Amino acid sequence: MRGFPEYFTFWHIAGHYALRFTAYLVLAFLILPILVIIPLSFNAEPFFTFTQGMLALDPDAYSLRWYNEIITDQKWTLAIRNSFIIGIAAAFLATVLGTIAAVGLASPWMPFKRLITALLLSPMIVPLIIIAAGMFFFYTSFGLVGTFPGLIIAHAALGVPFVIITVTATLAGFDRSLFSAGISLGASPVKVFWDVVIPLIRPGVISGGLFAFVTSFDEVVLVLFLAGPEQRTIPRQMFSGLREQINPTILAVATLLVFLSVALLVTLEVLRRRSERLRGAE
Amino acid sequence: MTNTGAGVFLEFNDVKKSYDQKSLVVKGFNIQVEQGEFITLLGPSGSGKTTVLMMLAGFESVTSGTISIRGQSINRTAPYKRNIGMVFQNYALFPHMTVAENLGYPLSVRGMSKPDQKARIAEYLDLVELGDFGKRYPGQLSGGQRQRVALARAMIFEPTLILMDEPLGALDKKLREQMQYEITRLHEQLGFTVIYVTHDQAEALSMSDRIAVFNDGIVQQCAPPAELYERPANAFVAEFIGENNFVHGTVERIEDGRAVVSIPGGANIVAEAGEGLEAGARSIVSIRPEKLFIHPNSHSHDNEIAATFVARIYVGDFIRYYFRLADGSEIVVKVLNDLSAPEFGEGESGRLQWLISDSIAFPHSGEMPDVTG
Repeated sequence: MRGFPEYFTFWHIAGHYALRFTAYLVLAFLILPILVIIPLSFNAEPFFTFTQGMLALDPDAYSLRWYNEIITDQKWTLAIRNSFIIGIAAAFLATVLGTIAAVGLASPWMPFKRLITALLLSPMIVPLIIIAAGMFFFYTSFGLVGTFPGLIIAHAALGVPFVIITVTATLAGFDRSLFSAGISLGASPVKVFWDVVIPLIRPGVISGGLFAFVTSFDEVVLVLFLAGPEQRTIPRQMFSGLREQINPTILAVATLLVFLSVALLVTLEVLRRRSERLRGAE
Repeated sequence: MTNTGAGVFLEFNDVKKSYDQKSLVVKGFNIQVEQGEFITLLGPSGSGKTTVLMMLAGFESVTSGTISIRGQSINRTAPYKRNIGMVFQNYALFPHMTVAENLGYPLSVRGMSKPDQKARIAEYLDLVELGDFGKRYPGQLSGGQRQRVALARAMIFEPTLILMDEPLGALDKKLREQMQYEITRLHEQLGFTVIYVTHDQAEALSMSDRIAVFNDGIVQQCAPPAELYERPANAFVAEFIGENNFVHGTVERIEDGRAVVSIPGGANIVAEAGEGLEAGARSIVSIRPEKLFIHPNSHSHDNEIAATFVARIYVGDFIRYYFRLADGSEIVVKVLNDLSAPEFGEGESGRLQWLISDSIAFPHSGEMPDVTG
């Protein structure tokens, strides 16, 4: 390990360790609430605390019963199915719309660029509860409340800003003369878009789509306002699970969600590195 | 050079371009190009030369006038249907495709079968001497190699017209000269017509059949390189092409196409009269630095002026001498670095001599030509 510079006094060194200690403390504060649910989800008893048996590492104190519950309880299977249906559909819609918007906004001839960008990004900034209330009244008149299309559109609107941001970032490094080159070689603008533009901005499109999916996947405010019993999603189910039937099933679900999030984060990082490599080679 | 008089291939007829509907970027461009010609559009940045190229490629619309190929207007033809090859300054190779895929793109767009494509790609890779590079990605090539791929890609679908937008601007000097030779070789071998845009006059002089010199949206002169250099049409061209000296004076009289110009300090000099020159008007006389000789020398001469020596700069193969004239303006003389190169002390006076046929008197347009950029 690197030694301290010779001019360091006792207080310098004390300060150094104090800073380190604080940093670890903050890290623990952030990560422990997430980590603690993992062992708790294997609790054999319907409690939210560690039992004597668990602390003694008695194998009988651990079980997969709450995981079994997820698979067998119809409420949970429905919620998981709904979450994936809504999440994937909303992410797809957000990715298509967001990518088109980002490509349009990247054009040097786009008028009112800042205003339009601000409007499209507003779902990220406006408090969710306000959006939810507004959507509730607006969607009612279209009969969209309590329907899958309603929730999918609402979640897509929340996901679009993420797609716009990530795609705009990849487009910033996009050389417009590649587009002209494609045209000069005889390909129509639409063909050039598919053959040249899309492959080059793909990392941004995919990571935007993943962000949109995650946004929809853990969103609960809009679901509370817009979803009927048929459209219950995982977060909604966890919410009622906490209030109505306190059992560690929600911890098992939470554990699964943690692993899903980690997998998504790793995917994002791999994509980011890949796009950097492509651009670095350019 | 295939100027066999096959008739007009490409024609610009009074083409104008305005971006804001107020000021014109290109003010009435006219040119007739024959099949197989190598035409260079040369000019400082912002002179309109790139705009002309972009209108031809179809990336910019024409404000008024017509561009036609073989007598057919292409104003209303979509850029991807014009069948014009283009080489971009930054190569514009598709980074996610291999070299072979880049070359194959225009072929597959045109519906060529895979085996035919393969044969054509191999043929053109050999043509640009990159036979073994088909499987590489553009990111794995050097600048010169990328430029060759860009050239091959612009030629592979056999367009009759290829546009080049400062294609060698990003290369270093040595590579640039090599690529100039390469482009000239391919042009002569394949016989396509080239419209080449550059601001590098050395490049223009060494490659072109004809050069159109642009300034301020207007073609100042369109002529073969030697004529442009020896017989510039106006002061801008004289200044822009190569190095030049300008001596200010007043036209005394014009006789037999020659102007007698009186210069400050009392002397009269005689020069070829440029277009639009009138007796009594102010004039600038251009003389190339290599056409000036310092007395004493073994060359014949018609004109002689006195000048004060300022500085002598050693360049290597030649030496540059700076002199000051009576009106305070400076004049440069280029002398080959041999035993005859004279030595001067500071403030010493010398005599400069030249032939009438090596100097041209232009009307003084009020301002000196601006050649920045």
